[in-house]
Amino acid sequence: MKRLAASFVLLLLVALPLRAEIDIAEITTPGGLKAWHVEETSIPFVALELRFRGGASLDAPGKRGAINLMTALLEEGAGDLDARGFAEAREALAASYRFSTGDDGLSISAQFLNENRDQAVALLRKALLEPRFDEDAIERVRAQILAGLKRRETDPDTIAGAAFDELAYDDHPYGSYYGGTVESVTSLTRADILDAFTRAIARDRLYIAAVGDISAEELGALLDGLLGDLPKEGAPMPENVAFGATGGITVLPFDTPQSVARFGHAGVEVGTPEFFPAFILNTIMGGGGFNSRLMTEVREKRGLTYGIRTYLIDSEFSESLIGSVSTVNARMAETIDVVRGEWERMAREGVTAEELETAKIYLTGAYPLRFDGNAPIARILVNMQMQGYPTSYVKTRNAMIEAVTLEEINRVAARLYRSDDLRFVIVGAPEELESDE
Amino acid sequence: MRALLVAILALFLALPAQAAEQVTGFTLDNGMEVVVIEDHRAPVVVHMVWYRIGAADEPPGKSGIAHFLEHLMFKGTESRASGEFSRVVEANGGSDNAFTSYDYTAYFQRVAADRLGLMMEMEADRMRNLVLAPEAVDTEREVILEERASRIDNDPSALFREELRATQYRNHPYGIPIIGWRHEMEALSREDALAAYDRFYAPNNAILIVAGDVTPDEVRKLAKQHYGPLAPSDGIAPRDRPQEPPSRGERRLEMSDPRVAQPSLVRTYLAPARRSGAQEEAAALTFLAQLLGGSGATSVLGNALEFENNTAVYTSAGYGATSLDDSTFSFVVVPAEGVSLEQAEAALDAALEDFMETGPDPDRFERIKMQVRASEIYALDDVGNLANRYGRALTSGLTIADVQAWPEVLQAVTPEDVMEAAAKVLDRPSAVTGWLSPDVEEDAQ
Repeated sequence: MKRLAASFVLLLLVALPLRAEIDIAEITTPGGLKAWHVEETSIPFVALELRFRGGASLDAPGKRGAINLMTALLEEGAGDLDARGFAEAREALAASYRFSTGDDGLSISAQFLNENRDQAVALLRKALLEPRFDEDAIERVRAQILAGLKRRETDPDTIAGAAFDELAYDDHPYGSYYGGTVESVTSLTRADILDAFTRAIARDRLYIAAVGDISAEELGALLDGLLGDLPKEGAPMPENVAFGATGGITVLPFDTPQSVARFGHAGVEVGTPEFFPAFILNTIMGGGGFNSRLMTEVREKRGLTYGIRTYLIDSEFSESLIGSVSTVNARMAETIDVVRGEWERMAREGVTAEELETAKIYLTGAYPLRFDGNAPIARILVNMQMQGYPTSYVKTRNAMIEAVTLEEINRVAARLYRSDDLRFVIVGAPEELESDE
Repeated sequence: MRALLVAILALFLALPAQAAEQVTGFTLDNGMEVVVIEDHRAPVVVHMVWYRIGAADEPPGKSGIAHFLEHLMFKGTESRASGEFSRVVEANGGSDNAFTSYDYTAYFQRVAADRLGLMMEMEADRMRNLVLAPEAVDTEREVILEERASRIDNDPSALFREELRATQYRNHPYGIPIIGWRHEMEALSREDALAAYDRFYAPNNAILIVAGDVTPDEVRKLAKQHYGPLAPSDGIAPRDRPQEPPSRGERRLEMSDPRVAQPSLVRTYLAPARRSGAQEEAAALTFLAQLLGGSGATSVLGNALEFENNTAVYTSAGYGATSLDDSTFSFVVVPAEGVSLEQAEAALDAALEDFMETGPDPDRFERIKMQVRASEIYALDDVGNLANRYGRALTSGLTIADVQAWPEVLQAVTPEDVMEAAAKVLDRPSAVTGWLSPDVEEDAQ
């Protein structure tokens, strides 16, 4: 699941783009922080997006879930306010702060009104600089997280994703769920949480975007006040890791009427010449539209599923090409045959000139549509920074899509789609399917 | 604290015109209603057609036909092949989809603003000219059965919600699942779909909503051109569904499923929804849900069950304000480790009883008002969501004026209004209480 969520962000980023009118400024605050800024004055609020690179992948050895628990505790008491006091203060300002963590980053998405901006930022600053991590709050939030972890244990889709990640990434952080396990979270101490804070939250890994009714000068002062006193350095980033699963089938028996499957193999890194061809290929194969090859073959022609999708994933520390599908137990074997067949056809025949042209029109046309609100734009701008793109990417990205030739894309198709390398992890009671190991 | 907030509110009342969305409404000669929501920040438009037919409008025994028809609407017309609709949308850089609920079925596309005419041409075409090949119907029936397996059968919580609704609504069709009962879905035919289509898919049963970088004049011109020539249906009757009788006994439901990881408790009550020109009671219930549920750290249930003692790891209160017929008010409690569902229910009842005696905390009441007001400003950032707001309202018996009055109705709610509504709705004899657990016997011990 986490992988799917991460990939969705990526797809939006790559597919997205920029509406011509958007004017992104790169600013450096008097205190030396760098941020991307769009001034948009029609609605009296600001959307601020902060991302600390690394996120839960910076968990200390044996402390899986510590950064996730720490993140959830940031709004549970800070400075002179306990958890209730903090919530009351936030409600009185009608500000919104969303704290979340994932495999690649720790995110803070904030929205606040112009009329009480200074107070809303001061309150957020408390959460970031003076979190209390009170024992009673730790226990309360730990119990909530444990409840969620237990639910994961009986959710077929989650089980499939977790088993797939473990096969692919083993003991790298990507190989396990960032929220940890019942065991690891149960054993976390307050000292572990304080340590998690120093590992994950620091200026040397911070990306910032702000969109809304605020000038560059005002934003600079706001950011210096909010973030200037953060620690300078955090924990070192994890190593890059290769997708490690081999081809084959893994069946995890589960008593449920419909099997769910996760499948995939290694992918392609952003920034390499193969990336844009691979990105277009994935759109044609199963990138989310109703007219992808897999939707046509698996859903439209055979009625095997409600949905099948593939994701070209470029995470911070690895790349993969994965997909997910669910179908009744009796028809999973047939579904897998269709997926393998489409993989082989793609490698053998590539795409047609017409398919390439249609995908280009779709991708370049969809690009500007995503910049449709202060909050979404702020998220996109932080994602772009994380991927290492310049602000000008929004103007050059469509041209890079347009430049991909049929010859080039089919060369990449032959290398990228390797049906023998596909690992399927199936959770359910699929008929006529067995694990190969 | 309170005085300060009152001062802020006074300031706000002076400036809502500036912050409010720009909305225009009109009606075509054939009865099709049109709503235009302007947002000129990006050259994008959301084009939606909402039909006043939902799962609660289905004939008996045909559950799921409204949703099935939604799927079949992508299967082609006299002039367009199956799947061509979505292909054309994608070829224009857009995205499209559709959704079905109890009171409506809606279709939408997001495209560059200069493609609006093409979207209207295609949507108008499939409003009256659908062609259904028998094989396409058979394959798509497999797809909706897979959808039911994914969304419902594979998820014990979803099965539990289905049971709860069926128990809450004994006479009204809201008790039947939107996607349909499996045995009835298996028997849905091409003729069933066409019967619903012929009767309900017509301009006088539809609402066009266009939101984004457009002007009302442009929309009026294009709508007249594309939708104007469509003939209205003479099969549109008032939506008088069977209503719920009074309840004379509390109903309880226990369900167990080994796939359940965390036991949970749900309580639902029948509750009135917003009525055109009379939204006050629904506004009071909206506040009640915020007071009782809402934030875990500040709500009545969060304080009593999560903060004061460790009875629950999760509590919430929910209320569906926008609904054609009576809606529900509900609570969810997930007990803490070692707490039984019986103990959790006792704690819920005690917290509710206490609230009925003491009433809302005045500071919290004012903070909720502030948040309701702010949410109107934040809502302007998402024009698609605004379009949905109008679509849901207009298919639920409300008008554009009701939608525009709603923020002010909310601001006028008093603590007395809330307690009056609470006393009326939180009536235990009409409640349904459900326990979901991995093993019923274990909980009974």
